[in-house]
Amino acid sequence: MTPFEYDYLRGFLKQRSGLVLSNEKQYLIESRLLPVARKASLPSISALVAKMKEPGAGVLCDAVVEAMTTNESFFFRDKVPFEHFTNTMLPAMLDARARDRRLRIWCAAASTGQEPYSLAMCLKEAEARLAGWRIEIIGTDLSNEVLEKARAGVYSQFEVQRGLPINHLLKHFVQNGDTWQISSTLRGMVQYRKLNLLENFSSLGQFDIVFCRNVLIYFDNQTKIDILGRIAKMLPADGFLVLGAAETVVGLTDAFKPMTDKRGLYQTAAAGAAPSTQRYGTTGAATPAPAPTPYTRLATVR
Amino acid sequence: MKNCLVVDDSSVIRKVARRILEDLAFETSEAEDGMKALDMCRKEMPSAILLDWNMPVMDGLEFLAQLRREPGGEKPKVVFCTTENDVAHIAKAMRAGADEYIMKPFDREIVEAKFAEVGLI
Repeated sequence: MTPFEYDYLRGFLKQRSGLVLSNEKQYLIESRLLPVARKASLPSISALVAKMKEPGAGVLCDAVVEAMTTNESFFFRDKVPFEHFTNTMLPAMLDARARDRRLRIWCAAASTGQEPYSLAMCLKEAEARLAGWRIEIIGTDLSNEVLEKARAGVYSQFEVQRGLPINHLLKHFVQNGDTWQISSTLRGMVQYRKLNLLENFSSLGQFDIVFCRNVLIYFDNQTKIDILGRIAKMLPADGFLVLGAAETVVGLTDAFKPMTDKRGLYQTAAAGAAPSTQRYGTTGAATPAPAPTPYTRLATVR
Repeated sequence: MKNCLVVDDSSVIRKVARRILEDLAFETSEAEDGMKALDMCRKEMPSAILLDWNMPVMDGLEFLAQLRREPGGEKPKVVFCTTENDVAHIAKAMRAGADEYIMKPFDREIVEAKFAEVGLI
């Protein structure tokens, strides 16, 4: 791969997906794109780049974007965010949304479905407290290929052993030979849509909880700021944003504030604003009990 | 330091498991069947047991049932590690008192994830 070809791929990926590659990511391109080249019967990355420039290379270009932006995902990846979901976010929302009994959750980088299905499992476990609630989980991703896999919900024996407790496997999956399919009940809890975070996503509507993990790391700061700003507009004052373990908003934007003692968990800077700004018009009576949790602490700032 | 008893009739599997576990900062010991493992547990209960199912002399399930009846036998975290990969076997193992279950083939990441799941890491 010549420096010229590398620059071409960098420019192409930045424009198509927002993916930012630094100067020394040749190895990443090679490991991800050689299989794409081979599949297209092309002998090298150079030949792949040449082919991408020809007319009618749309499918190949899509394959290149998908190969570069797809990442392995695990069930209950990093564990802590799901504990926060069950122990912090869900109780807060059960309280704050008690009147409307509606909850909308967005997984902004749903990949092959492990994250939205992990949330669906958490909700299933909390089922007794959620009777009569309407809960939506929307999973979006840039890649159609991963979304197809997410919708099918079929995972290899390796995939169901990384992060997934065996009891969850028994409870929520159906075995078919060496593969395991997530139950139709859980599949029915998640809707998938193709979405590029670089584009306008306001049509998805308002959410209470947004998981946007391990995707911002691929963007430059300007793009991160832009995306975070647009997510903030989709969250009510008491909504939650969850970022990846290695990600932060600090030094990037004032749109979100990290929650004390809850790593990876953020609330909009508007948290603590008058209840009337809340989407479902919850009354003061529905505000959380004054337990000394970071949630209420944030809610009483200002 | 936590110690893990690796029970498997294959010396190759024991060696692979041992390498992974030592990387995860476990002291390891080995047994090639359930009977030998039980003898070792009677001398000293390990923190964890990585347990094959099909073995000569005494299989993993029988070992687990006996272990859980021993004084202090409820203490070790038992993680099955077997080629038996169907729901019936998994359910049976869990009912018999296993804490987690690994379907072979396994790798380092799986062992790490499962051990973390039961609080060993």
